[in-house]
Amino acid sequence: MTAHQIIFYCLAALILITGLLSVTCPKVFRSAIFLLFSLIGIAGLYFWMEAEFIAAVQISVYVGGIVVIIIFSIFLTEQAGKETRSIHPVRTVFAVLAALLGMILTYLTVLNYDFVESNEAFDLNIPRIGNAMVATGEGGFSLPFEVVSILLLAAMIGCIVVAMRSSITKPDEKKLTQSITEIDEA
Amino acid sequence: MGGYEHTLWTLFLPVISFVLLGLFGRKYFSKSAGLIGVFLLLLTTALSLYTAYQYFFVNGLVDGIYQKIDAFKFTWLTFSPGVSIDMGIMLDPISVMMLVVVSSVSLMVHIFSLGYMKGEERFATYYSFLGLFTFAMLGLVVSSNLFQMYMFWELVGISSYLLIGFHFQRPSAVAASKKAFIVTRFADLGFLIGILMLAFYGGSLDFNTIIQHLSAQQSSAYLAATTASFLGVTALTWGLTLVFMGGAGKSAMFPLHVWLPDAMEGPTPVSALIHAATMVVAGVYLVARLFPLYALNGASLEIVLNVGLFTALFAAIIACTQTDIKRVLAYSTMSQIGFMMFALGVSGTQGEQGLGYTASMFHLFTHAFFKSLLFLGAGAVIHFVHSNEMKDMGGLRKWMPLTHLAFLIACLAIAGIPPFAGFFSKEEILLATYNKSIWVYAIALITSGLTAFYMFRLYFSIFWRKEYNGHSHPHEGTMSMKIPLIILAVCSALVGLIPFGKFVSVGNQPLETHFHLMFSILPIIIGVAGILIALLMYKKENDRPQNMAQAFGNFYRAAKNRFYMDELYLFVTKNIIFKWVGRPSAWFDRKVVDGSMDEIANLTLETSKAIKGLQSGKVQRYAMYFFGGIAFLIILFVYILK
Amino acid sequence: MIPVSHILILSATLFFIGMYGFVTRKNLITMLMSLELMLNSVNINFVAFNKYLYPGKLDGIFFTIFIIAVAAAEAAVAISIIINLYRTHKTIDVGAATELKH
Repeated sequence: MTAHQIIFYCLAALILITGLLSVTCPKVFRSAIFLLFSLIGIAGLYFWMEAEFIAAVQISVYVGGIVVIIIFSIFLTEQAGKETRSIHPVRTVFAVLAALLGMILTYLTVLNYDFVESNEAFDLNIPRIGNAMVATGEGGFSLPFEVVSILLLAAMIGCIVVAMRSSITKPDEKKLTQSITEIDEA
Repeated sequence: MGGYEHTLWTLFLPVISFVLLGLFGRKYFSKSAGLIGVFLLLLTTALSLYTAYQYFFVNGLVDGIYQKIDAFKFTWLTFSPGVSIDMGIMLDPISVMMLVVVSSVSLMVHIFSLGYMKGEERFATYYSFLGLFTFAMLGLVVSSNLFQMYMFWELVGISSYLLIGFHFQRPSAVAASKKAFIVTRFADLGFLIGILMLAFYGGSLDFNTIIQHLSAQQSSAYLAATTASFLGVTALTWGLTLVFMGGAGKSAMFPLHVWLPDAMEGPTPVSALIHAATMVVAGVYLVARLFPLYALNGASLEIVLNVGLFTALFAAIIACTQTDIKRVLAYSTMSQIGFMMFALGVSGTQGEQGLGYTASMFHLFTHAFFKSLLFLGAGAVIHFVHSNEMKDMGGLRKWMPLTHLAFLIACLAIAGIPPFAGFFSKEEILLATYNKSIWVYAIALITSGLTAFYMFRLYFSIFWRKEYNGHSHPHEGTMSMKIPLIILAVCSALVGLIPFGKFVSVGNQPLETHFHLMFSILPIIIGVAGILIALLMYKKENDRPQNMAQAFGNFYRAAKNRFYMDELYLFVTKNIIFKWVGRPSAWFDRKVVDGSMDEIANLTLETSKAIKGLQSGKVQRYAMYFFGGIAFLIILFVYILK
Repeated sequence: MIPVSHILILSATLFFIGMYGFVTRKNLITMLMSLELMLNSVNINFVAFNKYLYPGKLDGIFFTIFIIAVAAAEAAVAISIIINLYRTHKTIDVGAATELKH
């Protein structure tokens, strides 16, 4: 077993264990921290696969961005110390069974499939990615790039509108809940 | 040809009366409604008379023929090029004559009702209905095409329905109005089919065009209509017979007559207007309108003749046995309309042969006056005696001398005693039948004898027989009730002297009617005999009527029960149609048609109940379904369908 | 040399861990975190495919980049909704917002 393989299995163990802890830990804040480690492990996996650029993006966006806003929101919603409500044991059992079933199904599929691995070198330098990102010809990704830009813009505006709403349009909401109760009564 | 635009106003003035009094009457005109109605009708009548004067004496006659004038016409609905429904006013001798009859009788009834309906809670409504009826009837007589006529025909039917059921608090009035409506509606079904057939073969709805197309014996339309046949009868005969069915329904011809006696539930002036003088002769008018076609089609004319003749005799026999005075008058009306019908039935199209046509229209004209007079007189009597039954009357001549006199004139007129109006028209009818067939003549003669008998039975029972000893004190009515009686009595006495043939004849050419003195002797003798028998039996109280009734035995009882026609209808509808058609189809509708619909609805409901749980609004459950679906697809496509 | 299937098994396991979290958690924020795990497992797949099966191309890399961008947008929107929900309902329980259900 080479060091290369050992590193992979260590990373895999890190990712899976912290991921599992993240979804089972009853305390929200601890979950977020475990998620953070899991994401860092995935970034390490990208390094291991020689996809340094992706690993960098992973760290900067996920670890530096998403996990941070998740933690922010945990504090904003005063959930930091709280334990999440546990669900019915029967449903937990069902969920475990479903997940196991899915795993087995996927394992069987993956193991039975004959992947033809290529022997070419995997050369991922940043200029190549940058050029492909704005290229319009074959192998270019300028259109998805634009689409994603617009999506991000829309999401940004959407976030602002949704988050602002309660302070600006409180009367409307009252009206809304009022009309909802009216419908309810009807 | 111009100069007749004002005829439009004869139609619109009654509409104004209807709308004004119908919408605002009860609130604003509850007292003055009658005067408004009378005033508007007065204008209408004046315009009608002016139209008649202008038409008959000024410019209607061109080259010896009375022209058909379209005073007003516009295309209302166009189905396809060439086929359209028009609205128009057509003036020809019979429509102008009817214009005068309808408006003047309606005016008399309007005036009479001022007194008769006084204090009625829905006084204004009553006048608005009268306005509606007058409008509809005038529209009917001036219609320029079949479809317009059909629409006004139905409008007449609905206003008749409203007026019969005017006292809707009385169950009998409601039943009578329903009966009248249903029976005439049933007949109108035939009328509509007939219209469609005639329009299909004639290629138009317009009277003149249809007649032109279908009466030219070489034309393709005529050939098509006479070669196509159903059950061995040509399409033209079917069409005309079905149209006559509509006319028979409205004119209460046997066997569609059952509604008319019951229609007497309406206020008496209404009976005078609708069920004596105007609406019920619409059937006669309809046949006269299409007469050139009937005359060419022997089979359908034969039907008109036989139905008319049978109804005349049948109704006269029943009239002799009834004790409700309005019912006697109702059966008398049926009998007289039967006269008009069979007079048309014996008529030809040319010159002297067309006498029946002229006679029929003449009788329609005179009948309108004396029959409305009879009804108004009966109305005056009923108004003060508060009963319809003969046994509650008697000896009224001392109390109501004017009514007595008017009634006598009307009775003489209807009995055919010279020089009153009915004599002349009846003479012409008898003459026309005599020329055609001796049998028809004989039946007509018997019927006219019966007419004299039952009319004078009525007259003596009301005004003589015994001293009046009722509780109320009958007396002459107000001025508004007297005036129409006087006017109508004068008319009944004198209109017979009009040389009618000069104005109305089958080819619209003035017809010289000859008066045969020798021929008239027999009818007069028979009429006088009828009167004398009535005099013997009913002038004083005696037991001759009972003896007579016993002598006739079962026949008398059958006639008194109106030959069980109502019972027959009830039997047919209740025991046959309701039981064997209505109930099974109701069952089918409820169980099979509705049932299947209900079942579909139930199924949907049950399904929705069953799957409602899926739409729980719980995100995680959706995620599970989603995962389950994907797992299923993977198993299906990767492992099973590999 | 690690065969590609091992990496795939890793990602599949991570995915189902995420799914287990998604269906068992009641708290919206933790559900969002489970979702992030699932997205990451997909990303691992893309990168692995690109590296081992089609090293000459960049498609997998780009998909990963776009998924990360979309995930960022999604997380931002989700968080704003959660915060808004918390303002109006004082809870971020997934079963709390049921007004539209009735």
